[in-house]
Amino acid sequence: MKHSTFLLFSLPSLSVMFLFIAIPIVSVFIQSLHIEHKQVIIVTENCDPFGCETTTSVDTEASAKLKEKAPLGKFNGFKTYSNRMHFAFDELGEAWKSSDSFTVFVKKLYNYPLYRALSFTLTYTFIVTPFVLFLGFLVAVGVNNLPKMFKGPTIFASLLPMIVTPLVGSLILFWMVDGDGVIGATLQKIFNDNSLSLKASPVLTWIMLMVYGIWHLMPFSFIVFYAGLQTVPQETIEAATIDGASKFQRIRHVVIPHLMPLAIFITLILLMDNFRVFEPIIGFRAEAHATSISWLIWNHLRESAYPLYNAAGATSMITIFGVAILLLPVLIRTWRDFKEKNKG
Amino acid sequence: MIFKKLILVGFISLFFSSSLYAADCGPNGQSIRILASDFPAIHAIANSAESNCAGSASEFNRNHTTEARQIMNAAQTPNPAEYTSVIVANSTLVQLMNDGLVRPLDDLVEKYGGHLKSNQLITIDGKIMAIAFMANSQHMYYRTDILEKSGVDGIPATYDEVISAAEKIRAAGIMEHPLVMNLKVGWNVGEVFNTIYLAHGGEFFKPGSAEASINNAKGVAALETMKALVEYAHEDHLTQASDDTQGLWEAGQAAIGFMWGSRGGVILDNEGSSAEVTSNTVLSAAPTVTGGSIPGATLWWDGITIATNVSDSEAEATFAALVSGMTSEMVAANNDDAIWLIDGFKPGPAAAGVSATAQGGAKSYPMFAQMGLLHNALGAELVDFLKGSESAEQALSDVEAVYETAAKDAGYL
Repeated sequence: MKHSTFLLFSLPSLSVMFLFIAIPIVSVFIQSLHIEHKQVIIVTENCDPFGCETTTSVDTEASAKLKEKAPLGKFNGFKTYSNRMHFAFDELGEAWKSSDSFTVFVKKLYNYPLYRALSFTLTYTFIVTPFVLFLGFLVAVGVNNLPKMFKGPTIFASLLPMIVTPLVGSLILFWMVDGDGVIGATLQKIFNDNSLSLKASPVLTWIMLMVYGIWHLMPFSFIVFYAGLQTVPQETIEAATIDGASKFQRIRHVVIPHLMPLAIFITLILLMDNFRVFEPIIGFRAEAHATSISWLIWNHLRESAYPLYNAAGATSMITIFGVAILLLPVLIRTWRDFKEKNKG
Repeated sequence: MIFKKLILVGFISLFFSSSLYAADCGPNGQSIRILASDFPAIHAIANSAESNCAGSASEFNRNHTTEARQIMNAAQTPNPAEYTSVIVANSTLVQLMNDGLVRPLDDLVEKYGGHLKSNQLITIDGKIMAIAFMANSQHMYYRTDILEKSGVDGIPATYDEVISAAEKIRAAGIMEHPLVMNLKVGWNVGEVFNTIYLAHGGEFFKPGSAEASINNAKGVAALETMKALVEYAHEDHLTQASDDTQGLWEAGQAAIGFMWGSRGGVILDNEGSSAEVTSNTVLSAAPTVTGGSIPGATLWWDGITIATNVSDSEAEATFAALVSGMTSEMVAANNDDAIWLIDGFKPGPAAAGVSATAQGGAKSYPMFAQMGLLHNALGAELVDFLKGSESAEQALSDVEAVYETAAKDAGYL
């Protein structure tokens, strides 16, 4: 294809991408460099049914004038990125100086929201992704070997976790793991411990969230692998069988190499999805023990009555960079394979 | 067919005449749009406003949502605003006033508010900004039968007495975790700290400035009290808010609770619980600290406001409609739905806790412009202390640091 034809073909999608992806990202970035103007505070006397008290109010007229002059807010540079809510450089320097060992330092690191969120987000990403890949593949192979009449219903049932909305799915599980719920009560009975609570222990909460993540995402990798299995060349399989390859060897040496590009595709999608883990934390009310990067953005914008657009913007930019760094190794590998193939 | 039409016309005329007859609804043909939270007392106010004045308005829309707090500023900022009135509480009034989204009501009160009591008027710097109609606060719930069985004399009146009562209940083998509190991470856990800190006589900010001042002996004492209480609270307390604690109470799984007064009516009614629980549940004042006199609670009011960014005639019609509902007849019909501040309220057993707490001299929820940011920081940073992974001083200094960062970004420091 000529370059100009290619450009013309992709122009619509490129312009849409520019309008709805590139411009918003730039705008979020610009927002993250600005903070609110100084609020003009006045001391006021407030009276309510229970008495009068001296408090403070915002002088809205004076504050509005400031806002009108520069609607974006006060320029703050990269200070939002370096403050306590994000990379906390100053605080970390202090912590490094005052810690006598690395473990003490790591413990102090955990006190800062971004690092705390990163520790869960990365653990979640690196545990859930391989499990989903592996289990999804196993289910796909299993379903592929079923007699034809069972295939349809099995596929449908296997897809259910993905069909259930994440928030609903996690809420249902949240009720089930309650001390009075089916799973929670059973566990208490098995371990003979009436105070066993999946919600009260940090470790159990993390495990619960990851098991939920695996359960929820497995259908995705299953269905992609299953589709891939339909394209495995039967001649090669037959040839391998004639050569005396066992079932396991056929899968190991024929099927898996054939499905490798798919596996890379699934890994990319899963890494991106898992890095943005959010709904289960809300559904399981797990904020006490596990927070994620996306949860931080939500918290900056929603939990306080005062949306901190700069902090949310900065966390969003950090998310984008995080995803880029995660995907880099996989992308580099794909690029290398592609070049080698072209050479050969 | 003609008969049906006749009946319809009859009904409509009856409706119009009765509404015109009953209440002064201000200018005709205006649009009335209300944003409010979602609980029975607010429905009662909005219902009576609607039945009085919907006939003379061009439209009467109500949006009841528990998420009102999250959308109100965005909804009221454009001109014209999405709603002509937002029904607020202490903290949400501040939230709207910070952006200048509510208008002073003095002239409207003069014209339509003859029947309002003076303590219903919320004034800020001498200007009436809201009309309160009900009060609310956290306070203590207890089960007389369980306290009796475990040998507790009288009603625990201080936190130390609550803790020793809880220990007796545990020792008697009746319940391992006899306490319920709203300790869900975020707003709720922050609010529990606020109440206990106020009971210790704490101040949230340095006088006249937006600098937080909670990392002091009173703050540490408040956290120690909180920790001692949490020992006896349900294992999953960090996930529990009002609905959950109410559920535990109604299931008979708790003996002492710190819950909202607005839950009293629901807990004491004969739905969702057994007679054993309801007949033995008593509502009393929030406890004080030993030797102190301030109940550990924040007093709240709910009231109506009128938007800045709507036309004067819409504002007038909305105000007239809403205050037309604040009558002793409305209170009589919905007496147990709230602790009404309106004339004609007969306090029942469900109101005993809030009345006793207010009379004991509890403080109002602080109306500082920057309070929400501190509350948010408390909600996020106290959890490590409650989980036992951090000292009280460290937790409080974290709160101040988080607050400081957020307050700088939001322009308060």
